Amino acid sequence: MTASKLACVQLSENALLLSAANKADLPTQRKIWQLTELLSESALATESLQEIVPGMGNLLICSRHGHNDNLPEISEWLQQTWQQLSTNDKPAQRSANTIIIPVSYGGDAGPDLAQVADHCGLSEADVIARHSAVYYHVYCLGFQAGFAYLGGLDSALTIPRMQTPSLQVAAGSVAIGGKQTGIYPAASPGGWHVIGHTSKRLFDIENSSPCLLKPGDRVKFEPL
Amino acid sequence: MIEVLKCGAMTTVQDAGRVGYRHLGVVRAGAMDWLVCQQANLLLANAPDAAVLELTLGPLHLKFHQDSAIVLMGADFAARLQPADNVSTPAALSPGFIHVVPAGSILTMKRAALPGMRAFLAIAGGFDVPVVMGSRSTDTSAGFGGFQGRDLQKGDRLVVGSQNELIRNRSSGDSKTPGIRPLAPDSILRALPGPDYSAFTEQAQADFWDSAWRVSPNSNRMGTRLIGSKLSLLADLELASAGTLPGLVQVPPDGQPIILGYDAQTVGGYPRIACVIAADLWQLAYMPPGSTLYFQQVSLQEAHAAMHDQERKLSRLQDSLRNITW
Repeated sequence: MTASKLACVQLSENALLLSAANKADLPTQRKIWQLTELLSESALATESLQEIVPGMGNLLICSRHGHNDNLPEISEWLQQTWQQLSTNDKPAQRSANTIIIPVSYGGDAGPDLAQVADHCGLSEADVIARHSAVYYHVYCLGFQAGFAYLGGLDSALTIPRMQTPSLQVAAGSVAIGGKQTGIYPAASPGGWHVIGHTSKRLFDIENSSPCLLKPGDRVKFEPL
Repeated sequence: MIEVLKCGAMTTVQDAGRVGYRHLGVVRAGAMDWLVCQQANLLLANAPDAAVLELTLGPLHLKFHQDSAIVLMGADFAARLQPADNVSTPAALSPGFIHVVPAGSILTMKRAALPGMRAFLAIAGGFDVPVVMGSRSTDTSAGFGGFQGRDLQKGDRLVVGSQNELIRNRSSGDSKTPGIRPLAPDSILRALPGPDYSAFTEQAQADFWDSAWRVSPNSNRMGTRLIGSKLSLLADLELASAGTLPGLVQVPPDGQPIILGYDAQTVGGYPRIACVIAADLWQLAYMPPGSTLYFQQVSLQEAHAAMHDQERKLSRLQDSLRNITW
């Protein structure tokens, strides 16, 4: 099967954004991970690129100082490589892991659990069961250092973000916002509904690889 | 060692910033005007990546427990140096010049003396904090880098790297001190149309370039929030989250643009109307709430030429300083 071309736009004078689709599904995202991995290993990237940032169905490349002349060539290489990647390919990630996140649901650890249950017409136990039943995929990282955009939330658990964001969401909070679920690596204001808490460190600068999760990893929540 | 006696909010250790980690969600951080910091480091014969202090509004009082030399850049914070004898009249320190600071002196910087904000204090030898992910910059959101991953507080003790011999041998009595007159911001930010430019109404496109934008009090290192004409989209636009960069101008549903700063999150989903060119981002350091700015459309070629021009000026400065007899 022939993949469609990546849409390529200039993001800044030193950066291009290549997009496969405006919405990321898992097969497309798998190809984004593969493309990211292949690019990161290429001599082209080492020489010319400062940043390679996968997003939801897209990839941002930003050139090193004085190397923006090479962006068209890299873009062309990405298009060709994209055509050769098949959606049927096994996840080519050699290093993808499955990470279990133990979660204390409800109570002080998850102050918004009751509200989520109420909104979704489920019992609190059902929310916990559904939230912890599936394997999520880390689509990309962003928002905070080590924050994972997770795909795979049970559609019965969607709830609009809060109208007024909470001033302070604790580090380790497990939350739902819209069609997404995620874990806050650091305390920050946030508009998602907090249903639980994990003591796992999502970002630890003392660690040789500071982020617990990386794109392509699978995540499963385990109720404590 | 330098002791912090008094310190206003968001006084941080910064350098050129942290690059190559945006895919982990790690922001660039870094001095908001690294250009003047590079000039100050050149004056002080420092390594080009020597870390400086970035002041937001002041005040800042420092006690120097060692002989030192400093250069102040950015807004004029009415700096005074009280000699160790505590009797002599404090000397006024002008931005842009090298000032020799004998051990025991106390430096006081007030709130900005003139309209404007943010000043930078470079020191001979640079501020010696651990290099984390390739940089000494403070990432206040993730809480690492710089001085203990946070802004400075009263009582903090800052270690300074070893000074270049050229500086160490200068006596405080030297009258000939080279200096630099920094660029004055003109509040015109050159920008490229962004990837979602054509999704905005013609009126919004015209307003973006032609109207004045006022800086909101909610602005900080994460973003400069602007107040002005409401920028409307032709139709609702649901965008997939994608990588961002400092300088990108996002427009949230309220139609009021935000220029992403060095501490802005690395992935975002708001429509992008424009991107301020890298050569003009330094101006954002000096725009306090209530000040006015304009955008000016440029081509890709002009954006590259502007960066090239800035680099050429810096390298000429480096050459001219090399010829100064100390």
